[in-house]
Amino acid sequence: MTVYILCFILFLVGLYGAITRRNLVKIVISLSVMEFSVFLFLALIGYVEGGSAPIIDPAKPDALYVDPLPQAMVLTAIVIGLATTAMLMSVIIRIYRKYKTLDIREIKNLRG
Amino acid sequence: MEAAVSLILVFMILGAVFAIHARDLLSAVISCGIVGYGLVICFLLLKAPDLAIVQIVVETISLVLMVAVVLDSTRQEPFTLPDKQGYVNIATAVLTAGVILYFLNLATGSMDAFGEGSLRMAEHYINGAAAKTGSANLVTGVVFDFRGYDTLGEATVLVTAVLGVITILRIRGKK
Amino acid sequence: MTLIVKKTTQLLAGIVFLYGIYVILHGHLTPGGGFAGGVIIAGSFILLILAFGSEFMNLTREETGTTLTENLAILAVLLIALAGMIVGARIFFDNWLPAGKVGELVSAGVIPLYNIFVGIEVAASILTIFLALVIFKEEITK
Repeated sequence: MTVYILCFILFLVGLYGAITRRNLVKIVISLSVMEFSVFLFLALIGYVEGGSAPIIDPAKPDALYVDPLPQAMVLTAIVIGLATTAMLMSVIIRIYRKYKTLDIREIKNLRG
Repeated sequence: MEAAVSLILVFMILGAVFAIHARDLLSAVISCGIVGYGLVICFLLLKAPDLAIVQIVVETISLVLMVAVVLDSTRQEPFTLPDKQGYVNIATAVLTAGVILYFLNLATGSMDAFGEGSLRMAEHYINGAAAKTGSANLVTGVVFDFRGYDTLGEATVLVTAVLGVITILRIRGKK
Repeated sequence: MTLIVKKTTQLLAGIVFLYGIYVILHGHLTPGGGFAGGVIIAGSFILLILAFGSEFMNLTREETGTTLTENLAILAVLLIALAGMIVGARIFFDNWLPAGKVGELVSAGVIPLYNIFVGIEVAASILTIFLALVIFKEEITK
């Protein structure tokens, strides 16, 4: 059980950073920390004690395998995470060119 | 196995805390790498080699992108004491974290213990998948055959994100 | 970059590229697949650009080409999935080629085809993101 609790704590550290930090790069870092903890949680619930990696070996029909379903979910989500991080980074570059700062308190025109 | 994963998770939490509180943005980005590469070792310990291969390359590329952005803009984050809004934010964050932690602690009580999952969903995937799809790698079989719609959606999201990046970063229009 | 970095990159980039192709083609037998191999192939190009600068091989002029490749690859995935509605059991995402024997390179029906096209798509998209950043920096400094 301690593994699950530590995984949640990693998520909460990311949440704390996303709420309290004022720097745009730090906010993106916090978001990716939250993302990593969710990936790890999905891999944790698929683990079976004593199981081997989910690749069928025809010579051993009775082998025990870990759950392939959460791994398949995480596999696509990791690549999507890279694309969204790149998109956030390009938004940050454009904001820095326009306002010369990364502090969200000084970017006044973003207020609705 | 549980002890090894817990030890690496403690290091990842320390790296995340330092990344959030560092004064220099470059060292914050590098310590975000601690979290990413620690995740790779966790995946290897949890018998997920597919995820480890993807994560180690993706983490490297995203670090390259983040370092490029930080070097292009400013590196320093000036330290300021939190104002009134800052204290409200910190109180909100700690309160939210406490409430979420309490309910997650309740929820883990009804989950299966670590390493003893009963494989309710995956039973049919493991027993019949290799004969049905002919693919020895079960993860690939699930990704491209049983859950094909999901993969198609993810690939579409990837294309859309790339189109967004091109649109945002274009300064001069093409003729 | 210095001479050491350039020489090491010259020796390594081709091997990294070949490893990406291996991971894609053996995606249904060993760990890996379209997503992993595509990211590795994009990584080999990024290594070249980082070591030799953006003028090398005029890679930054290829941005239109990579965008087009990416869109055509996702279209190919969709067409293969649609072919299942015409050829096989009239089901979207049907595995309409014979499954073959488990463990051989040519087996698993259409899964290797999906792997190849998704690999091309992922490689082209990551490379497009990186080229867009490089072009942006060039236009800023001009």
